[in-house]
Formats: sequence, structure tokens, C-alpha cells
Amino acid sequence: MAKENLVMEIKDFSFTYAGAEKPSLKKINLPIEENKITAMIGPSGCGKSTLLRAMNRIHDLYPGNKYEGKINLYKADGSKQNILDIKKENDFIKLRQEVGMIFQKPTPFPMSIFDNVAYGLRLSGIKNRSELEGRVEKALKGAAILDETKDRLKESALGMSGGQQQRLCIARAVALKPRVLLFDEPTSALDPFSTGAIEELIAELKEEVSVVIVTHNMQQASRLSDYTAFMYLGDLAEYDKTEKIFLNPTQKLTEDYITGRFG
Amino acid sequence: MMGGKLFRNFSFFSATLSFFLLVGIFAILFTYAQESMHEFGFDFLFNGTWEADEDDEGGIFGGFIPIIGTLLSTIIAMVIATPLAMGIAIFLTEIASEAIAKPVSIAIELLAAIPSIIYGMWGLFYFAPIVQSTVGGNGVGLLTAGIVLAIMIIPFMAAITRDSMNTTPLVLKESAYAMGATKFEVIKDVIMPYSKGGIIGSIILALGRALGETMAVAFLIGSVMSIPRNITDPTTSIPVLLANNFAEAQDLEMSSMYYLALILFVVSFFIITIAKFYFLGRKVK
Repeated sequence: MAKENLVMEIKDFSFTYAGAEKPSLKKINLPIEENKITAMIGPSGCGKSTLLRAMNRIHDLYPGNKYEGKINLYKADGSKQNILDIKKENDFIKLRQEVGMIFQKPTPFPMSIFDNVAYGLRLSGIKNRSELEGRVEKALKGAAILDETKDRLKESALGMSGGQQQRLCIARAVALKPRVLLFDEPTSALDPFSTGAIEELIAELKEEVSVVIVTHNMQQASRLSDYTAFMYLGDLAEYDKTEKIFLNPTQKLTEDYITGRFG
Repeated sequence: MMGGKLFRNFSFFSATLSFFLLVGIFAILFTYAQESMHEFGFDFLFNGTWEADEDDEGGIFGGFIPIIGTLLSTIIAMVIATPLAMGIAIFLTEIASEAIAKPVSIAIELLAAIPSIIYGMWGLFYFAPIVQSTVGGNGVGLLTAGIVLAIMIIPFMAAITRDSMNTTPLVLKESAYAMGATKFEVIKDVIMPYSKGGIIGSIILALGRALGETMAVAFLIGSVMSIPRNITDPTTSIPVLLANNFAEAQDLEMSSMYYLALILFVVSFFIITIAKFYFLGRKVK
């Protein structure tokens, strides 16, 4: 695992929720490879979503959580930043533009389709109308939703179907050209057809961006990801190439989980 | 069996009673206002004279001054109250920590429960002299009434707005933060649009309340039948005129007062209907 291929690196990372006695994550060490898809699997409460939410520090919207260790983000220019050092609002904003997030349920903002995608761009200071239009169109195309939306860009995003809304949310995140996209069970609220479309999209996205996806769906993890991390009770139980984890795991626990003996 | 039927009838009666009361009150206002409506017609709305003849049998009555007084005091109250109430609601939902938000919320709900006569007394004896010494005038007048009205409706407006802002899904706010939005941008772009219906509803309900407020305004507006030339001038409002004149009015004057009451009733009715059914009843997806 050569360093130059990493986009993020989690080192001895522990996390304790505000008011909790025991840490929810214990000394996690996990590399995130650039332009690959890393899946995080494990039973409910194992800490996979907690870890994901630490990677863009969305936890910090709520006060009192404790971080230990390091999460390094490698920039395009090769420099690295420990994101746990971030204290100023401006730096949080920069981090979240570089490390985007897609949630379990689609979260279109109460505004038009165009404005949803343009939102992050406008926040980042792009005002020029034609530049906005170009980037919105590119993002919609990138999220495979341009054909369905190009005639109704001015309509409210709330009128779209669930699957379309989720792809819109992906377009919205892609528009910012992030280094990393974090997906928190992005298809668990969707029907199988929409799920297929989203999976296809995520697979294409890795050309441009590194992906970390939390999923409860074993097939999804095995179909989609290049690397898989199996988490259990706040520990990283096993991490390896996805084929290795699913075909020949070293830990008994991992095997039991992926074969459905518990979970 | 018998008890069930009795209970059913009783609850049916209770439920329909409110409807009949509403219709009944409207019918009575409308009937008693007939004499004045025939005499003055729609000109009533634009006539600024309110004078009984010496023998008390007739006179010229127009609602212009109390209507203007009601509108102006309400507008002053709304202009002051709306931004403050929004600020309070935003502070409580998005900025304050739990330890501060809780006691402030309770204080706001208690403020909303204070009887209006207490606001009137406080306004007259304590606040009116302050207004007089800072902006001039007689102390009592439009401005004093408007400011105290604003103080009375702020808690009410803030509480409804806060409740409606609280319905914004957490994940929606998180996704805006995840796009790199600041707290201010999340409030402006996500929370405000999402709770727009509730915010407008609370403004309109507060408007209805300000229009109909009697006691506090009676203390503070001056109760003078004249058009205010200046924001600190005394004038009168519909509820105040009704409360002050009912005891001695007769015949045509009495009927004219019913006419005024009818106008207030219809306006308040529409305002509250719009607020309740259009803005507060509709749930945003």
C-alpha cells in the first residue's frame, strides 16, 4: 500500500460521542485508496456510519464529541492535512467541499432542480451564470440524470421520484468536484430498479473521485467495491481487497457475517 | 348502551355548537348593523365623522378613523414584531445551546400567557413616559400602542415559528452543511424555505390577534376621534371605540358600532382562515 495512492488515511482513530463513557470507535487504522471504492460493512451499531461521518467532520454540528488519532487527507498537490486539526468554520467548509456526503434518504433542498445542483457552486463563490449552467449540466450528466431533467430544471426538486432525487443529490455533490465522496447507505430507501441505477453511477464515479460507501447490503459491497472494511463493535475487524474478504476472509467473524450467520 | 348514545349525542352537540355560535354571531352583527348599512352604505368606510345629534336620535357616523387607527397600530406592531420574532425563533432552534434554549422557550410561552390588561397597565404607566421622553408626543398614541402590541404578539409569533422551524429534518440541514454551507446559509436556504408555510401562518395569526386586541390598546392609543398626523399622535381603533362607546350609544350609533364590529369580524375571520387552512394546515413534504 504505497502512500501515493491514498486519498485518506485513518490512523489510530478513536471517537467518543458527547456524554458517552466508552468510545464508539477504537484505534481504527484504515487507508482509503484513490479512485477506488471502499465499502464499510458490519452489523448495526458497529461504528461504520460513525467513522464515515468523522471523515467530513459532520459530527461537529453537535457539540461535545471527542476525537483522538489522525485522519489525513491527501490533497491534489500532494500535501496532507490532518482533518482532525480543523477548527475554523472556513476550513470546515473547504473540507466538506473536498469530502462530499450522500445520505441514506434523498435530501433535495426545497428549491428548483437547477438551484439544488448550483447550490454548492454558488456557496463556493461561483456567480457567473454561464459557468454555473455549464457545471450544473456537466454534473447532471455525470450523475446520469440529465436526460430526465433537462426540460424541467426550473421545477421543484421535491416533485422528483426517490431514485431521481438521490441521483440529484449525487449530482449536487459531484458538481463541487470533491476528492472523496462518502455514501451513507445511499440505496437503503430505494426500490431495486433505482438501486441499480445508483450502483451503476457510483461505479462510474470512481474515475473522477474516491468513494467510501457504508452499506448493509452484502451483494452491493461485493459487486461495487474494490476494498472492503468489516467493522465490529467499534473495531476494524478486517480490511482487504473485496474478493479476498468475500472469498477467503482471514477472520472467522468476517466469514460468519458475510455468510449471514449473524448481523 | 344508553350511556353510549347519550355520550355520542352530547359530543355531537358540543362539536356543532361552535359552528352555530359562529354563524349566530355573524347573523346578529349583520342584523343589528342593517340600519347603519342602509343609512351610510360603503361610504361608512371612508367617512371620518362620528357625531351624534344633540337629541341622540341620529347623527353621522363613519368608520374611517377607527379603521385607519386599527390598521396603523397593527402595521407598526407587525413591522417591529416580525423581525424580532424571527430572530428569537432562529436563535432558539439553531444557535442557542440546550441549556439556554429551554429557559428562554419557557419564558416566551409564559409571556404569551400574560393577560393583555397587564400589558396595557405596564404600557401606560411605565412605557408611555419612556416613549414620550425619547420621541416626543403625549405618551399615549399610535406609536406606544403599536410597540406594546408588538411586545404582546412577539412571544406568540416566535413560538409558532420556532415549532415550525423545528420540523426541518436534521438530515436536510446536515446535507446543506455537507455542501459547505455556513450556519447562516443553512438558515437562509434550507430552514426558512422549509418552514415558510409555518412562518407566514404565524405572521398572519399574529396579525389577526393585533387587529382585535382591545384592552391594551384602549389604555395606550389615546381614544381620540382624530386622524393621526404624526406617528406619536393619539387616535382610536375599532375595538377601542366599541369598548368605550357601548354604554351610552343608542339607535343609529349603536347600529354603526355593530357595522364596525362586523367589519372587524369579517376581516379577522378571513385572516385566520387563510392562516390556519392555507399556511398552517398544509404540511410541507
